[in-house]
Formats: sequence, C-alpha cells, structure tokens
Amino acid sequence: MTNVAYYPGCSLHGTSREFDESLRAVAAELGIGLTEIADWSCCGASSGHTTDHLLGVALPARNLALAEAQGFDTVVAPCAACYNRMSAARLAIATEDGLAEQIPDILGHPFANSVHVHNAVELLHDASTIIEEKVAAALAPNPLEGVKLAAYYGCLLVRPFEVCGYDDPEQPTSMDDVINACGADDVDWDMKVECCGGAFSVSRTKSVLRLGRAIIDNARAHGAEAIIVACPLCHSNLDLRQKAMAQRGEEPMPILFVTQMVGLALGLAPVDLGLGRHFVDTEPLIARLVQQAAERVAAEKLAKEEAAAKAAARAEKQKVGAAAGTSGGAEGGEAQ
Amino acid sequence: MSRVGVFICHCGENIGRTVDCEAVAEALKDHPGVAVAKDYKYMCSDPGQQLVKKAIEDNDLTGVVVAACSPHMHEKTFRRACDQAGLNKYMCEMANIREHCSWIHEDRGEATEKAIDITRTIVEKVKHNKPLESIRIPVTKRALVIGGGIAGIQAALDIADGGHQVVLIEKEASIGGHMSQLSETFPTLDCSQCILTPRMVEAYQHPNITLHTWSEVEKVDGYIGNFNVKIRKKARSVNEDLCNGCGDCQAACPAKRIPSEFEAGLGKRTAIYVPFPQAVPNIPVLDRQNCTLFKGRRKGLAKVACGKCKEACLKGAIDYDAEDTFVEEEIGAIVVATGFQLYNIGREQPEGLKGYGEYGYGEVPDVIDGLQFERLASASGPTAGAILRPSDGKEPKTVVFVHCVGSRDPEKGISYCSKICCMYNAKHAMLYKHKVHDGRAVAFYMDIRAAGKGYDEFSRRAIEEDGAEYIRGRVSRIFRDGDVVKVWGYDTLSQEQVVIDADMVVLATAMRPQDGVRELAQKLSVSTDEHGFINEAHPKLRPVETNTAGVFVAGACQAPRDIPDAVAMASAAGAKVMSLFSADELEREPAVAIVNENTCIGCMNCAKVCAYGAIEQREICAVDGHVCGHVAYVNPGVCQGCGTCQAVCPSKSVELQTFTDEQIFSEINALCYWE
Amino acid sequence: MSAPSRTLAADILEATGINAATCYQCGKCSAGCPMASESDLRPHNVMRLVMQDRREAALADESIWLCLTCETCSARCPNACDPARVIDAVREMSIEAGVADMPRNVAAFHRAFLEQIRTNGRLHEMGLVLEYKLRSGDLIKDVTNAPGMLSRGKLSFRAARIEGVAEIKRIFEKCGVTP
Repeated sequence: MTNVAYYPGCSLHGTSREFDESLRAVAAELGIGLTEIADWSCCGASSGHTTDHLLGVALPARNLALAEAQGFDTVVAPCAACYNRMSAARLAIATEDGLAEQIPDILGHPFANSVHVHNAVELLHDASTIIEEKVAAALAPNPLEGVKLAAYYGCLLVRPFEVCGYDDPEQPTSMDDVINACGADDVDWDMKVECCGGAFSVSRTKSVLRLGRAIIDNARAHGAEAIIVACPLCHSNLDLRQKAMAQRGEEPMPILFVTQMVGLALGLAPVDLGLGRHFVDTEPLIARLVQQAAERVAAEKLAKEEAAAKAAARAEKQKVGAAAGTSGGAEGGEAQ
Repeated sequence: MSRVGVFICHCGENIGRTVDCEAVAEALKDHPGVAVAKDYKYMCSDPGQQLVKKAIEDNDLTGVVVAACSPHMHEKTFRRACDQAGLNKYMCEMANIREHCSWIHEDRGEATEKAIDITRTIVEKVKHNKPLESIRIPVTKRALVIGGGIAGIQAALDIADGGHQVVLIEKEASIGGHMSQLSETFPTLDCSQCILTPRMVEAYQHPNITLHTWSEVEKVDGYIGNFNVKIRKKARSVNEDLCNGCGDCQAACPAKRIPSEFEAGLGKRTAIYVPFPQAVPNIPVLDRQNCTLFKGRRKGLAKVACGKCKEACLKGAIDYDAEDTFVEEEIGAIVVATGFQLYNIGREQPEGLKGYGEYGYGEVPDVIDGLQFERLASASGPTAGAILRPSDGKEPKTVVFVHCVGSRDPEKGISYCSKICCMYNAKHAMLYKHKVHDGRAVAFYMDIRAAGKGYDEFSRRAIEEDGAEYIRGRVSRIFRDGDVVKVWGYDTLSQEQVVIDADMVVLATAMRPQDGVRELAQKLSVSTDEHGFINEAHPKLRPVETNTAGVFVAGACQAPRDIPDAVAMASAAGAKVMSLFSADELEREPAVAIVNENTCIGCMNCAKVCAYGAIEQREICAVDGHVCGHVAYVNPGVCQGCGTCQAVCPSKSVELQTFTDEQIFSEINALCYWE
Repeated sequence: MSAPSRTLAADILEATGINAATCYQCGKCSAGCPMASESDLRPHNVMRLVMQDRREAALADESIWLCLTCETCSARCPNACDPARVIDAVREMSIEAGVADMPRNVAAFHRAFLEQIRTNGRLHEMGLVLEYKLRSGDLIKDVTNAPGMLSRGKLSFRAARIEGVAEIKRIFEKCGVTP
C-alpha cells in the first residue's frame, strides 16, 4: 500500500468538503494511504504570491518542510491552487538565487526541498489500471459506462509546464484517461484549460459569470452530460455560481469532482462521496445514470439469453436434420 | 650556414605603440645565423615587400622571418614575395608579435622582451626549414549536384553549359522540388510550373547532365577533385529504358486512394504513380508500401495479390523483383542543394522542436499550411484551382492567414525568420481575393519582411488594391467550433482582442531543412548548424562554400530563402565549380604529413587518430614480390596538416612538413636557452 | 513618487531575472488573456511600460489587480517573457511604493484572506467572508447563498487555529507583509 502525505488545503475542509470526502473514500478503495500533514497551514493561494513573491514561496514551503520532517517524500495536494503554489515554491527554491538559504531562515528550521508534489488527477492517473480492474469487478453495473463527461482542467493543473510538468499544457489528457478508466467517454471540447475566474469568485463575480458561462456552454455544445473538475475554486465557480449564470429553461449541468466520478464507478455510495453537497443537484443525474446502467445490463442479459436460445435451436435443428439423413446446412443457416 | 633575414613590422601603431620594434631588430642583428635585421612601418605594403626582396638578393638569404601579424593574415603575401625573389617560399615564416604580443599586453618593456623571444624562436625554427614544393593533384571534371529542385537544376545547367559533366541526383521520382507545387510565384504572379518545367526539361535533355531520380547518396570517399561517390538508385519497379510514359499502369492500378505527397495530402494518387503530369522524367515509380501486391508479399500470401499494372504495360517495363542498384561515379566537386521542408505543428516532433497545442496540433479540420493552399490555388491541383475547404468542399468566405507559425518562436525551437512567408501570405491573400471576390482575407502578422525587388510594393498591393485586412498581433488559440474555425487574435495597433470565425485558416509554417540532411552532411564531412542547415564557410564572404574543400552549397538547405536568391546562389556555386575545373591540376599546400617508411613499424596508430581518413596501410614488397611488411602511407591530397599522427607515432616516423619534430624542438630550445 | 535611481526594467530584472527587452510586442499573450476585455492594460502593455521605464503608469494602474494569474500568457509567449511573473512583481512593487490601485473588492479580499491566515494559520471561510464584507462594504452579496452553504455542511462557525500559528506570524514578519 502506497503511503503519501496529504495536504487538504483550506477549501477541502470547508466549502469543498466533498472533494476531501470523496478523495479519502476512493483512496481507501484503491489502497492508497493518505496521512494528513500534522498542523498544516494555508498555502497562500492567489493572495499570497500576487502581493508578495517571498510570502508566496514561504507559506507553501512551510508545509513542504512539515511533510519532509514527518518523513514523507511525496505529498498529494488535491486543490489545484495549492498544488500549483507548492510546486512553484519547490521550483523557485531549487532555481532562484538565494532562496535555498533564505527560506529555512524564514521558516526557522532546516529544509532540504526534497518533497515531490502531486495533484489528485496524477494520483488517480497513476492508479488507472487498478481503477479499471475494480470497475470491471464491481458488483453493481457501472453507472458511468458510456457516459459523456467533459474533463475541465482549468488553468493551474497544467500551467506553467516548468512547474507542473506532467501533462501537455494545451491539450492535456490525464483527466480524460481517468474518465476512460472509469468506463465513461471523454468529450472532445475546447475550454479544457481556459480559466474559470478563480480567485475572483467573491471579489469580482461578474468576471466569473462571464468566463464560467463560456465554459459550460462549450461543454454542453459538445454533448457533455457533466463536467469533471479537480479544483475547489473551479467547482465553486461552476457549481455554486451556476444559477446566477444560467438562462431560463436551461438544463442544469452537474459539476463533479474527479474523485467523486471515480467513486461512482467503483460503486461507492453517493452520500460517502459528498454528492449531496452540491448546489447543482446531482441526484437526478445519478438516478438517471444508475437506471440507464441497470437497463443496459438487463438488455445485455436479455440479448445473451436470446442468442443462447437461438444457438440451441440451431443445434437442435441440425441434430434433427442429421438424424433424418438430410444435410440441414443451407436451410439451417438461413435462420440468422 | 644559415643566413636568415629578420624583418620587424610596426604595423602602424598596432605593434609599434606597444613593442619597440627598433630594439627588436637591434637584438636580432647579433643572433647567430641572422644576416640582416630591419624594422619597417608596414611590411605588407609594396615598399615593405620590396624591402624583403632586395634583402634576399643583397644578402643571399637562406631564410626569412617576418615578425608582424598572424600567419593567417599575411603568410601568403610574404611567401609570394620570397618566391618572386627566387627564395623557396617555404623558407619564409612569420613570428606573430601582434595577436600574441602587442595586442594583449600593455607594458612596453615586457612586451618588447617578449617580441624578441618570439622572433628568436621562429629564427631558430627557420634554420631547420626545408624547401618544399606544392602538391599537385589531378581534378576530375565531373560535378555532382545533390537535389533536383530549382537550385540544383540551376547549378547543374550552369556547370553543364560550361562544358563539364554533371550528375544530378534527386530522391523523389521527379525533379522540380517544391517550386513545382506552387501555383504562382511572387512578385510577378508568374505560373510556377510554366517557368520551371522548361528548365526541368532542359536539364533532362542536356547532353552533359546525367539524371538519377528516385536516388540518394550512399557513400562519399575521397577529397576535392577526387571524390568517389556511390549512388543508391532505389528500386523503382519500372524499367526506365523500356517505359514510354504512356500512363496505362496508373490507370489500371486499383489502389487509388493513397494521399498524394505532391498534393500535400489534399489529393489522392495510385500506388504506381508519377507525382504530377509534368514530371521529369515521366516515368512512374511503384510505392511498395501501399501497393496491394507488395502488401500481400509482406503478409506471406501464396497467391499474387495484384498484377494489374504489369498486365496493362505494353512495354513490359514493370519488374516487381527489381532491387536497389548502385552506381559509382568519379566526381571532382559536389553541390548540395537539398532544399527545405515545412515545419508541421503536430504532436510528434524531432528533438528540439515543439508542436502548437494551442492551434490544435494539426488535427483541426480546415487548418492548412502554405503548400496546401498552393495546391488549392493551382489550376492542376485537387480542386482545379477553386479555393474550396478540405472538410466539406465549400467555398470559404472568411480565410485567416497566420504569419510566423514556428518562425521567430524560440519556445517552439525556431528562433529564425523564414523570410518568404510575409511575401507568400500576401500572394495567398491576393489569389484568394482574385478567386472569391466577396471573400474576407484576414492576415495576422508581427512585422512585414518584404525586402526584395518589388516586394514591398507587392505586399502593399494585397492591402491597398485587393482588400486584405492586415492585423498586427499573434494568434493565441485556433480551434473548431461547429462549422467554423475560431481564431483568437489581437490587434496591437488598435489595442483590442480580435476573434474571427473563419471558414478556413492558412498557417505560414517555418522553413526547415529536409529530413536526412544531417546524415548526408556526415557523409560529406560538412557541418550543420543547430537547426540542421548546412554551414557555409564564411557567412559574409564565402556563402556558397563549405568548410570541406570541394563541397559547395546552394539554396534553402543553407538558410531560408526565396527562388531568386536560390537561383543566384546556385549559379554562384556553379561558378565556383567551374573555377575549380578550370585547371587540370589542383595545387595544395605541402604542409602535409609524410611517413618515413624505413623507420615505420606499421602499428597504424596514426590511421586510428586521423580525423580525415587520410592514412592507409601500404605493403612493402621484396624484389620477388612477396610481402615483407606494412607501413603507413599518408595521402597528400586528403591530409589537412593537423599533426595528430605525429603526436601518437611511437617510432617518430611520421612528420608534418613545416612542423617537424626538429623544428618544434628548436623553438622550445630557443625559448629556454636564450634569456 | 520620488525618482528612483534605477529603471523599472532593471528592477524587474533583479526581482525576477526576466529581461523585458525580449518582448517583441506580438500580442499573443493579450490575445488569450481572459481578463483583457475588462482591463485597460493587457499583459503586453505592461511589458511595454516596463521596457519604457514608465513606472507610475504600470504600478498605479488598476489593471494589474485584475490579473487572474491563470498563466495563459506565460504558457504561450514565444520568447518565454513570463508576463505573469512580471505582473506579479509589478504588483509587489506597487504595494511597496504605496500606489496600488486595487479595486476595492479585490483589495478587501486579499487583505481579509491574508489576515485570516496570519491569525489562524488556515482559512476559516466564514471568517474570511465576514471580514471581506466588512472591509469591502459589500454586505448583501452572497448572503442568499449562506443558508445553502450551511445546510450542505460547507460552512463551519468554529475557526480552526493551528498550533504553529506563531510560525505563520514569523513568516509574515520576515517577509515584511502586514495585511
């Protein structure tokens, strides 16, 4: 069982509790040990680095140092902003003149910058094979089989490439691969890496409404039944704010965390995945998908039975034909 | 007894300001073996050289040392002067008291002492100099031109018209290169094939030109004037002597949907094909990769999967069992004219380049490149000259032309400007507007580079007369949105974002060297730069020569350029070749290594370290013919005089003339012995 | 602002290692900038002001506070000029010089956020929102969302103060930041 440090970040303990819940549930199911870093603090998100570069490096560095001191070489930061800030801090300390000495001094203890940072998508992507196996082996039919899902990466999971470095910054595929591993179909759409408005959620909501609108429209136009995200701010901007940007009579677009999606495919209960906490209700979608899956499985079963019955009947005919001395080949073969 | 003349040059102030030249002359006057020592302001000038010549005559000098600048500058000058005065020119040496002394020191006293030391050292060397004669090597007056595009054709024609034999090889089935794919050429809007095909035919029919198409260079041995080139003639599966170009085989071929390389993927061809109707030679080639019969063979089928072309051929020219053959030619000079390819924006890239994910990695329908647009515009193209977009054949009413895709983009790996795109984009906008009068042509550019004759006027015509909209700003994203291609650009002059819903987008992608050029360069011992362009010998003064004597370069394989510049360069390379061929023999400097066969033990250490492959093993035979030993032999035509063999020889049997062990040790002794 | 002894470009070079002269004003950054339609200065405009040493024009403009730090500009710049990093640095200089023209709400949000962290070590979102509302005067906004947040368990009334909060205060001090 792999064991990694877990940095939830402020959002996962608050407005995006469901991301934390679903991640823990899925990690347990996949045999990934998550140990929350003791006494972790805020990474500073946008407010840190946009106002002071050093602060923007020091705040995440404290958590990297904690993970290091607590004996870990890898930390998972599901929130895209936390992931980006921690990775950026790691890179800055490794490459910017003087930071390697300055940061330990600011923190007040040594720090070797030895911890690697991953996000939730990377974690799940690395576990794709296990996910596929478990989905195939699940008792209940997979509600996500063949469902069209749009992978929304947002801006901080893949940019800048020097900081993130694990997927293509223009046409990323890691989340799409996870969608496929769950049996769903990834949608080919155009707003995969366009910003949702991020930190302006509260302070400049009109920008978020404009940007979010374009994202949801495009996903819808390409046939997505839901949008998959891996960032609490993206989720909040597209979910909590969806009502404000929606037009009359429009079908709501459910927004799911990537961990919730994997959880559903693995057969975990929606309540364990925090799916009741969304502003855009996920219940109708899940109910529909579960029914679809049940119907699909039933139809498959029926088709199998019919095919078996036909084959049996054919075999019977041939036996009879042989016994009667005629070669029932040509006629018998007609009954297709 | 040595009688050495020593001449100290002031070089104006260059040496004279820092070194006391009179004092140097004074110091050398009394040096053993020195007959005369003088100083003068400008030794390389006419009076200066007269000074040397007179001194040789008056003092019956046996050697000359000129203490002045670097031998690179004036060794030839002074050696010529000595030669004219009757002294073997290799008895003349230069002592560098400029680059090695006056230019790098400030203290006059110390610099003068050093200048005296340097001069004394060379005097001691010269005492051990021997008279030498230039090496003369014969020249084979046959040229090889690699590449049958417009540059290769021009070079071949010039050399052939000059009365010499030319072997022209081209890796495709026909000569013509990319110019044959163009619709019209700027700035005259001449039909490209109309001006090119007469040249192609001329080259084909020229009595002095031997054309090998569907062929590549396999191996190159030898040296200037004496190359031996092995050419691989790839299996055409069609006998060139029997085929009469009737085309029946192509009509009969059932595999009709192979993407045509000539049509840049926009049209189809058959498996046995001639790339375009005006191909030279008009002899088809069989694409074994896509041929049904050969696919069957690869699968191991017992039955012959197809044979329609062979059945249709009345001349019996088809041969499915043809193999690659080899031709060896004796060549005196080589011209490399391999041309270019266009950069593509896809995901898969050679090392050092990145694709354009923001423009869709080449997977967005109706986003094409410049050559593809040429095929659309061409009357002989897949749409018979109508501008129709590839996805649905509809006429696009809004076309966006994007400049600098790849070019001037260090992040993608190409920092240079491709030179031709501003011009051909203007041409494309004009051609489009000429054909689609109500169409909208929008060009996103950074700067307009239209430096040739009539070029700026041409480029302005597109805007002023044909109504093309030029927006200054680069494009951030290109993606498909339903029926249109969305282009997110910016107008830096009006300061606003610009979003265009285009029906078609044409990307002006960068010019790059062809694949396989680095390997070819290795075979020729020429170097390429970091982008793969062939390196010229000197960027200003020797643009058509390479650093390998006898190998010249012309056209876009050296750097991005347009047709007139490629033609000019090809003629220049042709002139260099003709100048090489103007004498029956080539003179080479005798500064080559010579093996003393008496002391050579045949260990061949020298051959192992020779970077030029100049050293061979030679048998020593007794009078009755039996082999009694081996020694090394240095080919004086190939040896570049680097001296590495001399350094590794355990028996001290090989020495570089003009830098023998004796000469070098005498220099060292001079430095150590004299205070 | 008193006349500084160095150019803005030199200051940016020292702070970030970026040579503003590598920007050839192609506009690709601004073409893809999601906030361009709401800002006077777009990313390439900021680069130009840096190149031309127009310190006040860059530091005192509201536009730099509208940047989302989405990194689209830096990801696509052909010369790796990293406009996002340059804008970060201009913001920092703007605060130091005391000429920052943050839109009121943006300023309130940043200050509330940083003060929360400094006091508690982690973000207590309820506390953040309250403090933001007080600072921005934007009392009514999002109030309708509050019941929804509460019922979904997304808001807690208790602030989570970490043990090592003194370390956080130390970090702020050492970086010279007072929210």
